[in-house]
Amino acid sequence: MFENLSLLTLQQYWWFLVSLIGALFIFTTFVQGGQTLLYKIAKNEKQRDVLVASLGRKWELAFTGLVMFGGALFAAFPLFYAVSFSGAYYVWMAILFCFIIQAVSYEYRKKPNNFLGKRTYEVFLFINGSLGIILIGIALGTLFTGGNFIKNDMNLSAWTLQSRGLEAILNPFNVAFGLTLFFLARVQASLYFLNNIAHKEIEIQTRIQLKNDAIFFVGFFVLLTIMLLTMSGFSYDMEGFYIEKYKFLSNFLATPILLILFLLGTIMVLYAIFISLFKNSTKGIWFSGIGTVLVTLSLLCLLGFNHTAIYPSLSDIQSSLNIENSSGSHYTLSVMGYVSLMVPFVLGYIVIVWRAMDKTKITSDEIQADKHHY
Amino acid sequence: MDNTLLVELSRAQFALTALYHWLFVPLTLGLSFIVAIMETIYVKTNNPEWKKLTKFWMGLFAINFAIGVATGIIMEFEFGTNWSNYSWIVGDIFGAPLAIEGLMAFFMESTFFAVMFFGWNKVSKKAHLLSTWLVAIGSNLSALWILIANGWMQHPVGMEFSVDTARFEMQNFFDVLFNPIGVSKVLHTVSSGYVMGSLFVVGISSWYLLKKRDILFAKRSIIVAASFGLITSIFLITTGDESAHEVAKKQPAKLAAMEGLYDGHKRAGIIAIGQLNTKKEIGDNNEDPFIWKIEVPYALSFLGYRDINAFVPGMNDLVYGNKEHGIEPVNEKIEKGKIAIKALRSYKDSKKQNDLQNAKIALKEFRKYEKYFGYGYISDPKKIIPPIGITFYSFHIMVGLGSWFAGLFLLMLYFSMIGKIENKRLLLRASLFSIPLGYIAGEAGWIVAEVGRQPWAIQDMLPVGMATSQLDTTAVIITMSLFTIIFTALLIAEIKIMITQIKLGQEEA
Repeated sequence: MFENLSLLTLQQYWWFLVSLIGALFIFTTFVQGGQTLLYKIAKNEKQRDVLVASLGRKWELAFTGLVMFGGALFAAFPLFYAVSFSGAYYVWMAILFCFIIQAVSYEYRKKPNNFLGKRTYEVFLFINGSLGIILIGIALGTLFTGGNFIKNDMNLSAWTLQSRGLEAILNPFNVAFGLTLFFLARVQASLYFLNNIAHKEIEIQTRIQLKNDAIFFVGFFVLLTIMLLTMSGFSYDMEGFYIEKYKFLSNFLATPILLILFLLGTIMVLYAIFISLFKNSTKGIWFSGIGTVLVTLSLLCLLGFNHTAIYPSLSDIQSSLNIENSSGSHYTLSVMGYVSLMVPFVLGYIVIVWRAMDKTKITSDEIQADKHHY
Repeated sequence: MDNTLLVELSRAQFALTALYHWLFVPLTLGLSFIVAIMETIYVKTNNPEWKKLTKFWMGLFAINFAIGVATGIIMEFEFGTNWSNYSWIVGDIFGAPLAIEGLMAFFMESTFFAVMFFGWNKVSKKAHLLSTWLVAIGSNLSALWILIANGWMQHPVGMEFSVDTARFEMQNFFDVLFNPIGVSKVLHTVSSGYVMGSLFVVGISSWYLLKKRDILFAKRSIIVAASFGLITSIFLITTGDESAHEVAKKQPAKLAAMEGLYDGHKRAGIIAIGQLNTKKEIGDNNEDPFIWKIEVPYALSFLGYRDINAFVPGMNDLVYGNKEHGIEPVNEKIEKGKIAIKALRSYKDSKKQNDLQNAKIALKEFRKYEKYFGYGYISDPKKIIPPIGITFYSFHIMVGLGSWFAGLFLLMLYFSMIGKIENKRLLLRASLFSIPLGYIAGEAGWIVAEVGRQPWAIQDMLPVGMATSQLDTTAVIITMSLFTIIFTALLIAEIKIMITQIKLGQEEA
């Protein structure tokens, strides 16, 4: 089946899959968002325990999502993986450190004799949820704005700035991307708490917090969208790469399906916020979750189609990467195509387990009665 | 440009993160199955004592699992951050197992982990048991794919070098999957995890018996873990033999370093124990390789080649060649490698100038010498021999300890079965002190595998010097220092938490 597809079709298929995995990962960052709200929403230790327990049952999904995103990029677009991760070294390493400290924090936070103290682990969770997510947004922003690298005809790459990726934090688009993701994660965390926890006080505080974060999220999202639609991007043809004005606007117009996904996703996220704030609904997470996936998917797909660079080079435009010059071979993409058939199966059991675990909402009594809670 | 310092730092950082990660992975691999077995007994017997016992060991599993996950994330991304040339040159083959690992194993582990720990009252007893088994299977599937990838680095198969993309490209996935070195590596490494998990349970249970507390709990745990440990340690020894047999065929320089064998000969013996002579050098015939040694005659020929009369090449044969046994000298390989490099350059230049005739000639030349391509980057023939001391001693420590563990499990099981285990205080102490020995054996095994592969990132194809990212050494020093600080702090936390939970015991923990 896959072996009969052309190389370009396989490259597009794999960029779509990578984008989908990235989009699902962004959805699961509600865990990170929640970690930044432990001292905002919870008014005492008991309430904080409920929030941590609620997030603690999902944290591994976000963590695994990031690992899967990296793994899929490595397998399908190894040149992108090689150039970006080594080039923007400090940014990626900072992201990884933010995730290393998250992984132990849930388990160790409440354990007696935990060496660093409960508050340290809570600070770790906050760093992961704030700096980690903002840096991921900045790193994703560089797919649109580019990086300072060159590659030779053997496809070996080098970064041209000593700052090794830190320069990306000076780019307004990247920063807007990071802050949008940060506030989106917090909005989604509130929606998740409303859906997952049965606790009147927490619910009231969560709705107040949701209102505050939603204002910032909408503001940054609008700003990001305006910047995206008015910025230039990197195109390519048979002659090589060149800069094109209003590249992403023209990509949206050239591929209306992406525009529809973007608009539909945006409406769903806004609807989720609306029903949660004004209709006292607890179902918002499902609308915002699907909406987040659709918007992120459409944004990442903007890069992989319509002759667009997936990683523009700011040092040498002809060193830029696209899905064609950075992908795995036809054979590998075909083999991995068969592996990708497992994706629906994996999503299926995640949904089943999620439903089984969350069919009743978490209560404070349940958490206090469980010796092994986080 | 001399990038020796960068390469050494990049290697040091990878070694640091890998060695830390491997402190936690074996226990995850082994304890996950032991916990699953214990829970199965609970579901079968419906005895709440077995549930309590399962939950206690599950709690320790979670503490270890968390730090295993924390130290593991860096491993995947480090290929990109610090080994970007490697990631491009072999990413077409190496990336696939890593992606499959994520999809097939990580999601299974992470999804069912939540049920395993928080689902006792949310799903049925059988669904919970299934989740526990799926966590164990997921953990082990994860190990399978990463070890398949590592096996490919030790013995690259199923690929071809593409001159147009300047990288190795996969030609046959099943060759990669069923690579004999990969298969033996999977079986040997995973079984070492089972042994580690068993050592952990048996050792801690022994501590309870020494302290005369939680007696029944400890005895039950010993019966399960010692049985599991005995079976898997026998399997470990068997797969170790197969692994060494594959090394003899595919990585003779590693085998020679493992045995301190300078001059090859027929009917070669294995060094059971010995002290290397540090004055001995490759090519020097005046010094004896060992200060003292105890040798088992014929054993190396037999175990390495299944023939007591087989010739086992030594390091001198591998470096300077041995015509009688068809071994080519390394300096000749280096020369041929340089021709291949030059031909590839010529091919690329000719293509750029659209000189198809010349490109065709260059390609033909390249194909003729391409198997020596990696050797073209080796500066000194002696460098194809890995560091001898560390490889030799690590190998012998690993083998010695592995044998001890099998004996320990046998004794623990025997005295448990005849009901005298709590009186064997010396054995119980030995069992407790064998826990750190398990970690030492596991780390020693990885040192043999990876140091013994030097100077290659991909055996005979890609030297480590060609595989790194073009980074400033300062950048690597900064990140390595941070890893050292963070991982050490987390390790201290893990040990303190673990000891506290053990001291609390199954009733309080």
